[in-house]
Amino acid sequence: MRRRDFLKKSGIALGAAGLTTFPHVWVKDYQFAWADDDEIEVGVLYSLTGTTAIVEKQLSKVTEMAIDQINANGGVLGKKVVPIIEDPASDPRTFNEKANKLVVRDRVPSVFGSYTSASRKAALPVFEKRKNLYWYPTFYEGFECSKNVIYTGAVPNQQQENFVPWITNQGYNKFFIVGSNYIYPREMAKVCKILVEREGGSWVADEYLELGHTEWGSMVNKMKTMWENGECDCVYSNVVGDSIVAFRREFINQGLSYDKFPIFATVCSEIEVQAMGADYAAGSVTSFPYFQSVSNAANEKFVEDVKSTMGGDTVTYHAMECAYFQVFLWAQSVETAGEVDPLSVREASKGQEVDAPEGRVRIEPENLHCWLTPRIGVWGSDGQAEIVDEYAEPLMPLPYSAYGEAPDNLFCTQAGLDSSKLKT
Amino acid sequence: MADVIFIGLSLSSILLLVALGLAITYGTMGVINMAHGELVMIGAYVTVLCQTHFGLHFLATIPVAFVVTGAFGYAIERFIVRRLYGRLLDTLLATWGLAIIIQQAIRLEFGAAFAGLHIDGLGPGLQNVPVPSFFRETFLVGDFVVQPYRTFIIVLTIGLFILTWWLIFHTSFGMQLRAVSRNRGIASCCGIDDKKINAWTFAYGSGLAGAAGVMLAGFKTVSPTMGTPFVIDGFLVVVMGGVGSLFGTLGSAVILGEVQGWVASLLNDVLARAIVFGVIIVVIILRPQGLFSRRGR
Repeated sequence: MRRRDFLKKSGIALGAAGLTTFPHVWVKDYQFAWADDDEIEVGVLYSLTGTTAIVEKQLSKVTEMAIDQINANGGVLGKKVVPIIEDPASDPRTFNEKANKLVVRDRVPSVFGSYTSASRKAALPVFEKRKNLYWYPTFYEGFECSKNVIYTGAVPNQQQENFVPWITNQGYNKFFIVGSNYIYPREMAKVCKILVEREGGSWVADEYLELGHTEWGSMVNKMKTMWENGECDCVYSNVVGDSIVAFRREFINQGLSYDKFPIFATVCSEIEVQAMGADYAAGSVTSFPYFQSVSNAANEKFVEDVKSTMGGDTVTYHAMECAYFQVFLWAQSVETAGEVDPLSVREASKGQEVDAPEGRVRIEPENLHCWLTPRIGVWGSDGQAEIVDEYAEPLMPLPYSAYGEAPDNLFCTQAGLDSSKLKT
Repeated sequence: MADVIFIGLSLSSILLLVALGLAITYGTMGVINMAHGELVMIGAYVTVLCQTHFGLHFLATIPVAFVVTGAFGYAIERFIVRRLYGRLLDTLLATWGLAIIIQQAIRLEFGAAFAGLHIDGLGPGLQNVPVPSFFRETFLVGDFVVQPYRTFIIVLTIGLFILTWWLIFHTSFGMQLRAVSRNRGIASCCGIDDKKINAWTFAYGSGLAGAAGVMLAGFKTVSPTMGTPFVIDGFLVVVMGGVGSLFGTLGSAVILGEVQGWVASLLNDVLARAIVFGVIIVVIILRPQGLFSRRGR
């Protein structure tokens, strides 16, 4: 490269870098009015098309439903809440673009959205750069400590702290751990191993299958052989999505049954059970903070509202419930703050509590995750879970439990992530 | 040991079931039909619809799915593929577009969704097909646990393979088809109605895809995108076996299925998938014409 070319090109590159990395130099007006006189606009960012649309469409609808209910009760700060609904089409890059559009052009003070971790990670930089607030409703792998996201779904310790000891108490202590091959099941497996060893059990296999893979013949055969040889006595499943259905069908088709060789699953909610056919799930066990069968007045109303807005055969499940109650957490935080700007709302949200369909939930001030009540359900042939175990109190969220985080040794605090602890 | 071979055979049978239709449309007609996976998907939806609306038995839906997807295939040939013979890339693009259209048609319930109507069994959601209970009850033959559903798929695949072989090599239709695929111009000079032959061949290949769809519906959820991953597997089988060679397709399906089955049980499934692709790459490098291809034309 000649010197002149080099100078020219690096000049262009520097200019471009300056424009893209330091836009706040040019865009200064953050302190713009966040709401009109009589309306507050909020973003709703769930995919209405694409691969994850089946679930996300319902999350979008349930968010609208919550907003309608808030408006019917007089809105927030006496103003009507107006959702701006975008369709990021199950594509992480589109999530980023649409988040930008909502935050920069529409100037919404909060966005509810994302189902997958990939889409949250893609949208996250927008919220951090623009000092906005993202409300994320899905159970996920933890390992994140953002000041601009409120996480209302379960983290690994809230699904497993109760689950693994319960399993070993039933007399099962040789775990065959199986999952889909990506970060969530792998992080779940890490926490599971810590807990199994703490309870005096052991894990004998830790196997993965590609995400979306539906050929389970070899894997189930492997489980069966180990079980017949007495090497394992239960399956601990972190399998997600469409694969769950193929897995359970294969399990039954190979002549195995849950009462002799049980499956304990972390990701198998009402919607997966409906997809696989309740017969294939009956007898297996799941741990989630919410089941449709939770009995209290708030949940009965929630289930009824969902069925009347989305159709009588719609089931409710953990992620949907979180997508619903997080809107109320937001509304309450705005009322407490007395204004809608994202940073005030975030400060006001700390320690905020609502009566969700699953019971009392609270936002942990340190890490902005939610205190949730762990529950264990056994699936019946009607596609509903019978709750066989539940905590009396909500459990503290620990997004870094796989790395040794404990309530008296927090990694993620209001000051941010203490990465020195992460190395040990 | 025996069960690993069985799983391998079962994997082979599913590969072959999907690839058989492609062996016809791609192998003998030379049409790259990217909508083949969607034809598989249509077969699965036929099962869903027949069961929810007419209460048809699972097995009885196989011929129905065969006929319905065959009709779809016939229409595709008549209206799209026929206009594009000899234009390989154009066919590829056209059928790919068609694949997207078919997926959306199922999602939008063939337009009924616009009118606010809902047809049970269609739409963007997941459907599940209950398999008859006798397919779920395993039984013992000696020491070996027989899985009825997988065994049935193997038997059905062998049956369809023999039918296809007989059709191509022992009927006058097959002879005409082979003539057309060798040299369309000369064949048509000899008085063979090549358009008719092509249309029926395409319909038959599509019908096979439909039958595959029924069997897959018993394994996994039925959804608009369910067929897409199978097209790639299907093409790999046909290409590795040698384009135009029916027995090549059989051979490569058996090899790939067994490789996948063995590696998966000795190591793990993720590696097995990688090794299968590795085998295909090596074969294509060493024998670009495929493992069992007949002599060049």
